[in-house]
This record gives sequence, structure tokens and C-alpha cells, in this order.
Amino acid sequence: MNPQNSSRIALVLKLVVLAGLIAFPAFGSSFYTEMVAKILILGIFAMSLDLLVGFTGLVSLGHAAYFGIAAYTVALLTPKYDPADLWLALPASVLAAAAAAFVIGLFVLRTKGIYFIMVTLAFAQMVYFIFHDTALGGGSDGIYVNFKPDASIAGWVPFDLNEPIQLYYFVVVALVAVFVFLTLVLRSPFGRVLVGIRSNEHRMQSLGYATFHYKLAAFTLAGGLAGVAGFLYAVLFGFVTPEYLSWHQSGNVLMMVILGGMGNLAGAVIGAFAFIGLQEMFSDWTKHWQLLMGGVIVAAVLFMPGGLSALPRRIMKKVNGERENG
Amino acid sequence: MDFTTFLIQILNAMQYGLLLFLVASGLTLVFGIMGIINLAHGSFYMIGAYLAFALTSMTGNLMLSIALGIPLAFAFGALLEWLLFSHLYKRDHLEQVLLTYGLILIFEELRSLTMGDDVHGVDIPAMFSASIPLSDTLSYPVYRLLISVVCLALAAGLWWLMQRTRLGMMIRAGSHDRDMVQALGIDINMLYRTVFALGVALAALAGMLAAPISSVYPGMGGSVLIISFVIVVIGGIGSVWGALVAALLIGFADTFGKVLVPEFAGLAVYLVMALVLLWRPEGIFRKG
Repeated sequence: MNPQNSSRIALVLKLVVLAGLIAFPAFGSSFYTEMVAKILILGIFAMSLDLLVGFTGLVSLGHAAYFGIAAYTVALLTPKYDPADLWLALPASVLAAAAAAFVIGLFVLRTKGIYFIMVTLAFAQMVYFIFHDTALGGGSDGIYVNFKPDASIAGWVPFDLNEPIQLYYFVVVALVAVFVFLTLVLRSPFGRVLVGIRSNEHRMQSLGYATFHYKLAAFTLAGGLAGVAGFLYAVLFGFVTPEYLSWHQSGNVLMMVILGGMGNLAGAVIGAFAFIGLQEMFSDWTKHWQLLMGGVIVAAVLFMPGGLSALPRRIMKKVNGERENG
Repeated sequence: MDFTTFLIQILNAMQYGLLLFLVASGLTLVFGIMGIINLAHGSFYMIGAYLAFALTSMTGNLMLSIALGIPLAFAFGALLEWLLFSHLYKRDHLEQVLLTYGLILIFEELRSLTMGDDVHGVDIPAMFSASIPLSDTLSYPVYRLLISVVCLALAAGLWWLMQRTRLGMMIRAGSHDRDMVQALGIDINMLYRTVFALGVALAALAGMLAAPISSVYPGMGGSVLIISFVIVVIGGIGSVWGALVAALLIGFADTFGKVLVPEFAGLAVYLVMALVLLWRPEGIFRKG
């Protein structure tokens, strides 16, 4: 199969999946519509992390911090008896997340490798304690988002997020927007530099690129996009707790990225589906579902390098290889 | 704060810091020598504490339980290295993160299945249950002093092991050049297994010692893990001496943070780390 053909097939597949997502609410119950919305939001979250892990080669284990900061921002911006203005709350949440990523990035990007993993985790934990220990966001109890943001522009109401179906489509649009945006970013010269940093940072430096600035820009961008996900998550469920920023959340989203195969935006969304799908299936079977989840993760590392999205390629390779041998 | 309270806080800070050193020293050795990031290291602390609880309820004696628990933990570490970690040396950090994250989930659920989700207490052994009076109203428990003394002795022992024994020499050499050590006829796999098992035993011992004062509860491994990461970052990867200094620094920052600014106590530790990162991004006692 030549590369042009296979990229065309990939595009067709993506459009088919998108059509499926658009048609879904017509067939699925409201319970499943909400679950798919949740998965798509986590897909946005996983794509934002993939920009760092898969494309820039920065393994962040503290990405939930930016997700959580945006979620808290919308919660704190929502007045007690009124909805917040969507066109204010959304950019504010994203900016807050990006600003936090910028400041933390200044510190963590001074380190590399194992240090980077540990330091991103530690800073995320610091943010966790800010919300967990102080009264700012209701402490360990969390805080309610009493009203979903209001989308009206000068009296005109283009859509209403209180309607579950409309909220679902808002999430789908956000997913497509983030996907297209990241695809364009990665195709731009900036994205090329990021990929260059992943494969050989020293070479990029000797070519004259100030890699620190590029990495900081990527870190900030990823934080802001995680903020998009955090904002949507808070709006969907109507409450925010410190658990949104916990290191388990950071670990889970990293699992999604890897499960889907790093360096593949669509893979990140597949990873989110696979992760939540497994979680739902296992928790149906047993209260101790994490045991099975842990087992799957350990087995995946030992026996399935490259993640789920590499599976078709690996199978093809195997089939082709056997044909050649036979 | 009067002098006696101040003294008590200093003793508490030392005891907490030294206990953290036991966990962090194993972590930093495994990082430094094998290049492995092990998120499940906090679980070994949790396993140690539950082991102390289970064995003490059987034998009725914490000291005996610890004596039994250390070889058990060591054997468990060796088994784990053989089964899983030995496959990770050539993988990248991401896969190490992934696998050890999976292990955390498994360990936590196995704990939940076998021991339940309740908080348990472990009695301080009768011979150490006394307190030393410091003033009319304040006193300091002997058991906490004992922890500090044991940890200090272990720190000295670890230094001796690394700097003065043949095994330590091989470990230090192995951290510099794995292939060269192997070419010299040293069984590097056995060496790695020993270091890993030692790290597990130290973390489990910390859990066993801490069980009577912190009680035994689900999720106790997670917070210790992250604090240990902070210690390793501050001290510099692979440096046992750095881990000791950093652990004491964190012990003091946390204890005095709680006394002086209780609202932001959780942050003190991380602020110290941020400052160190600005000053020396690769830790105070960076190696190589």
C-alpha cells in the first residue's frame, strides 16, 4: 500500500467515525450520549498531552493540573444564582490553564528525562494541594457549577448547553476544532521543530533553534488545550473536585495516550475510548476493576509496544511477513 | 514557640525526614544505577505497613514482625525484579512509567481484596512505649527517637555498603558502565536484582516502622511516593548522600511549615523543590 493511499483511507475512516459521532444521539440513550461526551472530552485532554509526549518527547506526569485549573476557573467564574457567559468563561478557563502551564513550564523544562517526569508530577501535586487544602475552591469537598454557561450573544441564543444533545454537539465541535488545530500546528514549521526536538534536541540546538522556547510554547499550548477539556468536563458534570487534578488523573490520561499509540492524534481519542470502555466493562464485572486494569496495562507494556493504533500495522506486517516466508 | 516545643518539632522533623530517607534512598539507587523510574516504589512502603499490621496481629510483637518482614520484602523485591523489572532496562522511561503505574493499581486492589479498606492501628511495642519528659507538660515518645536512631544507623550502613564493600564498588561501577562491568565478569543481572530488592526492603522497612505512628491506611503509598520524588530531585539522582540531605530538608520544611503556616503546609515541600530547581536543575548533589 503506498503512503498516499493509506493516508486517504485514514481520512475516510476519520470522516466515517465523525459521521458516527454526529448520528450517535439519535440511537444512543441519554446515558450513553453523556458517556460518549465524557470520552470525547477525555480525547481532547489526551490529544493535548500527546502534543507533549508523542510529538515533542516530553513525558509529563502532571497534565491533570491544567485540566483541573480550567475546571476550577469556570466553577469560580459561575455566579451563585446565574450562569456565566460562555464567551467569557471558556477563554478565561483556557487562558488560566495556559498561564499556569507557562509558569510551571519555566521550572520543569529546566530538567530532562526522569527528572522531568518527577518534577511535572510534583508541581501538579502542588496545584492539587492548593485546591485541596485551602478554601479557594471548596477544599476537599469541591465546588458546584450551578449553571451551565450561557451561550447568548447580545440577546441571540445560538445554542443552549442545558440541552444534553446540544452540549454533546458542542463537545463534538470542540473535539474536531482541537484536532484540526493540532494537525495544522504539527504541519507548520513550529510543529516540525517540535518533532525535531523529540528525535534529537542537540541537533536542533546546533541548527540554531532555541529549543527551550519551543518546548515552553508547546507546554503552554498543551496546557491551554487541556484547559479546553477541563472546562467542558466541569460543564458536563456540573461539579469540580480536587480529584480532577490528582496524579491518578494525570496517570490515566497518559494511559489513554499510550493505549492509543503516541504521536497519533486520532490514536489519543481511540485511547480514550479504549480506556473508558475497559473501565466500564471491568467495573461491571467487579468492584476490584483496577486489578484488571492494572493487569491490562502491565500486559500491554510487556507484549504490545506501540499501542492500539499500531496493532493493524503490526498485524499487516505479520501477515505480509508470513506470506513472504511461505 | 518556647524552647521545648521547638526541640520537639526539631526531633519530629528529623524523624520524618529520616524515615523518608529510607524510602527515597532505594528509589534513588534504582534510578541512578538501573535508570528505571519506579512509580510503584510508594506501594512498597504501603506493603511494608500492611505487612507490619498483618504480622503483628499474628505474632503480637512488632519487633519480631519487622525481623520477619525484612527478608520477606527483600525476597518479594527480587521476585518482582526477575518477573517484571528486568524486562524494563532497555525500554524507554515512558514504558517504565506505564508498567509501574499498572503495578500501583494492582497492589492497591490486592491490598483492598486481602486486607479491606479500613484504617488499622499497630501498637507500639511495650518496651518502647514510654515517653521522655521534657517539661512539666511536654514529653517525647521513645519510639519516635528509636525510629530516628534506626534510620541513622541504616544511613551509615548504606554509606559503608556503597563506599567500603566489594558489592558497593560493583554497584557504583555498574551505574557508570553496565557493559564494562559485565565484560569484567561480574553478573550484572544479579547485581541489579540485589539493588532492587534492597530498595524494596528499605521502603517496606520504612512502612513497618511508620505503621504505629501514622497508622495503616489505603493510599498511604501515593503521598510518600511523590515526596520521595521531590527528595530525589532535590538530592540528585543516584546520590544516597544527596537523598539524606534532601530528606532532612523536606522533613524540616514540612514539619515547620505545618507549625508556622498551617494553611499552606502542603505547599512548603514543593516550594523548596522549586527553589532548588531554579538554583540547580539537576539536584544539589548531582552525579556524573
